[in-house]
Amino acid sequence: MFDLLRARLRQGTPTSPFPGNDAEFPERFRGLPVVDSPAPMHPEPSDAAPSALMTVTLDGHPALDVGACLFSPDEATSGTAGTVRFTHDYRMASSTRAGLVSATGEVELAHALEARVRRLFGRSLRLRSVVAGSCGGCEAELIALGNVVFDLARFGVQFVASPRHADGIVITGAVNHNMRAALEKVYDAMPAPRIVIAVGACAISGGPFRGSPEVAGGVPPGLAVDLYVPGCPPHPLTLLDGLLRLLDRLPAERTRATPFTL
Amino acid sequence: MSIMGEVELRNRRAVPLRSLPREPVDHFRGSVVEAVTGGLRIVSLFGLPEEGEMTRLVAILADDARGELGATTTLVRDRYPSLTPDCPQAHAFEREIAEQCAVSPVGHPWLKPLRRHLPDHRAERRSNVVLDPQAYPFFRIEGEDVHEVAVGPVHAGIIEPGHFRIQAHGEDVLFLEIVLGYQHRGVERLLETVDAVRAPLIAESIAGDTVIGHGGAYCGAIEALARSRKSPRAQSIRGIALELERLANHIGDLGAIAGDVAYQPAAAFFGRMRGECLNLLMTLSGNRFGRGLVRPGGVAFDLPPAMADAMRAKLEALREELEPVAGLMFQTASVQARLEDVGVVSREQCDALGLVGPVVRARDIARDVRQDHPYGIFRFAHIPVSTAWAGDVHARALVRWLEIRRSLEFVLDQLAALPRGEERVSVRALQPGELVIAMEEGWRGEIAHIVITDERGAIRRHKVTDPSFHNWAAVAAALPGNQISDFPLCNKSFNLSYAGHDL
Repeated sequence: MFDLLRARLRQGTPTSPFPGNDAEFPERFRGLPVVDSPAPMHPEPSDAAPSALMTVTLDGHPALDVGACLFSPDEATSGTAGTVRFTHDYRMASSTRAGLVSATGEVELAHALEARVRRLFGRSLRLRSVVAGSCGGCEAELIALGNVVFDLARFGVQFVASPRHADGIVITGAVNHNMRAALEKVYDAMPAPRIVIAVGACAISGGPFRGSPEVAGGVPPGLAVDLYVPGCPPHPLTLLDGLLRLLDRLPAERTRATPFTL
Repeated sequence: MSIMGEVELRNRRAVPLRSLPREPVDHFRGSVVEAVTGGLRIVSLFGLPEEGEMTRLVAILADDARGELGATTTLVRDRYPSLTPDCPQAHAFEREIAEQCAVSPVGHPWLKPLRRHLPDHRAERRSNVVLDPQAYPFFRIEGEDVHEVAVGPVHAGIIEPGHFRIQAHGEDVLFLEIVLGYQHRGVERLLETVDAVRAPLIAESIAGDTVIGHGGAYCGAIEALARSRKSPRAQSIRGIALELERLANHIGDLGAIAGDVAYQPAAAFFGRMRGECLNLLMTLSGNRFGRGLVRPGGVAFDLPPAMADAMRAKLEALREELEPVAGLMFQTASVQARLEDVGVVSREQCDALGLVGPVVRARDIARDVRQDHPYGIFRFAHIPVSTAWAGDVHARALVRWLEIRRSLEFVLDQLAALPRGEERVSVRALQPGELVIAMEEGWRGEIAHIVITDERGAIRRHKVTDPSFHNWAAVAAALPGNQISDFPLCNKSFNLSYAGHDL
C-alpha cells in the first residue's frame, strides 16, 4: 500500500499542458511538409522518389498532397513540386480532402462542425474505431491518446465498444477488400447525425499500400468524411489538435508562453 | 541430413538459388519431416512461381543450437502430399501456399483460407483457385449446453481486426478458432513490384509497432544481396533502435496486462513510460516508431555525442522509475493470482507448432535470433537470453520484464561507446539469381525476410514471415480450458500482430 502511494507520488502529474501551451518537438521531428522553392522550369519527373507519391496536379501545376505524405525522410527531396522540407508544425488536420492539397504544402486547417451537430457533440463525443487494412501504427497512436499524457477523456471524447453507442467513426487503414463490408455495417449501425474521421495516410490516400489491388486506397467516396488527419502515423497531438478544432474547443491563444518538450 | 550442410546457409548470407537442393517431392517431404522430427524448426515454407505451370516449394529450416540454416526445394504442378500430418509446424504455411500459389497440399487436415484473397503468386500458366476466399467453414462442437461466442472483426476497443470463434460449455472454453486476413493489404506483391526507394517504406509498414524489426530484416536481405557492408556505427545505431522498440512495446504490454486485470496504477505508469521510449525513437529518427531510420546501407540519421548523452540521462531516469512500478505489479498478490496458470502453453506445443519469441522463452526455451543466429551489432555485444518456465500469462509478463532490464543495459552500453564509421554507405546492384534469409529478433520474436533475385538482379520473390505467423497457433492452443472471461488477458499476453500475419 505504501509502495503504491510512494510510486503514485513519484509519478506526479504527467498530463501534458496541451492545449493550454504549445509543444516543442525534437529537432528531427517531421511535421507538416512544405515546398521551399518553386518547381524548376524543366522539372525532372522522378517517379522513383517517394515524393512523387504526394505530388499531384492542381490547376495544371504540380502540387503537394499532404494526405498522401508518408513523412519519410526520403520524401524530403527535389521532386516535380519543388524541394520538400519537413517543418515542426504538427497541425495539419483538415475538414476537406482538397484542404490537404496546395502548391506550397499549406493545409487549410479543420473548421468546427456546424452549430447543431457541435451542440450535440461539443462536450461529449463518442467514437467507434474501425481498422481496415492498416499496419497497426495509427491504432497505436489512437490508443496513446488515452494514456495519462494526452488524456483524451478530459475533453469529453471517448472510444466506445459499439457503433450503436457512437456519434462518429474513426477509420484507419487503406480500406481493404476484407474489411469493406464490416466498415459499411458499422457505419450503417450508427445513429444519425454521425461524423466520419479518416486517420492516417492510408485512410486518406492508401498510404504505403496505394496501388495494391487488395486495397481501395482510402475511405470510399460513399462515406462523407468530416475530418482528415494526415500522418504515418499522425502524432497524438496532430490527432488531438484536429479533434479539438472539429469541436471548436481549442483556446484562441495559448495561456502559457513556454512550450513543453516531448 | 540432406537439408543442412550442402550449401552453407546462414542468417543474412546470400547464396545462388541453384545451389539449393532440388529434390523429388517425396524426398523433399521426407527431408523436411525428418529434419523437424530431429529438432529443427521451420523458418518459412513458401511457393516460388517457375515457368509454365510449375511452382517451386522452398523450405527454410533453422538449427538454432548450431546457428545454422538449411533449405531444400521441390518442383510441383497443382498438388503435393501435405507435410502437416507429420509436421504441424507446416500447417499455416501450407494454407498460405494453397492460397497464394493455388497448389494443393493433399491430405492437409485443416485446409481453409488463411487470409481470404485470390492467388497472387500463381505460376504463369495456371488459372486455378484452390481455396475460395468466400468459403470459410467453421469448426463446431455440437452438444447439450455447448454454445458459440463470436468476436470481431470489429472489436470493442481500438484493436486490429480479427475474428475469434469460441466453442464454450458454460464459461469454459472448449475450442478457439481464429480467422485472420482482415488486415490483408498485399504486402509481398508490393515489395516485389515497387522501386527500391518505396520498398523500405512498405517494409516499415508490415507491422506498425515493429518498424525497426521489419526495416532491419528487409535491409539485411538487400545488403546481403548487394554485398554491402555497413559500418560498425550503423550496426550499433540499428541495435539501439531495435532495443528501444523492444523496450517501448514490452513496457506497453506490461501496462496493458495490468490494465486487463484492472490494476490501474501499473497500467497508467507503464503506459506513460512506453511513451518515453517512443519519444527517444523520435529524437533519433524524427518519428515515434522509428520510421525513416533504417535504410539499406545503414541508417538515415547519425547519433551524435550530445544526443547520446541526453538519451543516456533519460534512460537512466527511466530505469529508476521502472523498478518500483514493476515491483508493484510483480509483488501484488491479487495481480499474481490473475496471471498465474492462465493461458498455459506447453513445451510440447512450443516444439510442435514451431513457436518463437517471448512465448517460448516463457516456457524455458532459450530461442533468440540475436543469440542463435547473431547478426550486426549482436555479433559483438551479447544480450543474455531471458527465460521463465511456467508458460502462462505470468511467465510471459516476467520474460518481458527481464528483457526490459537487459535491453536497457544494452542501450546504455552502446550509447556510452558508439563505434566510429559512416552512418550510411551506398548500396550496389543486387546479385542475380540468389536467395537470402534475413532474420531479426523483433520484440515479438523471429522476423524472417527471404528475398530471391531473378537473372537480372531484380527482386523475384519476397517472402515475409512475421513472428505472429508462427505464434497465432499458440493463442488458439492456450485458450481451451480457460474461462471465456480470460480471453482478453490471454490474448494480450501474446499481443500478436494482425497486420504482420495478414501482410
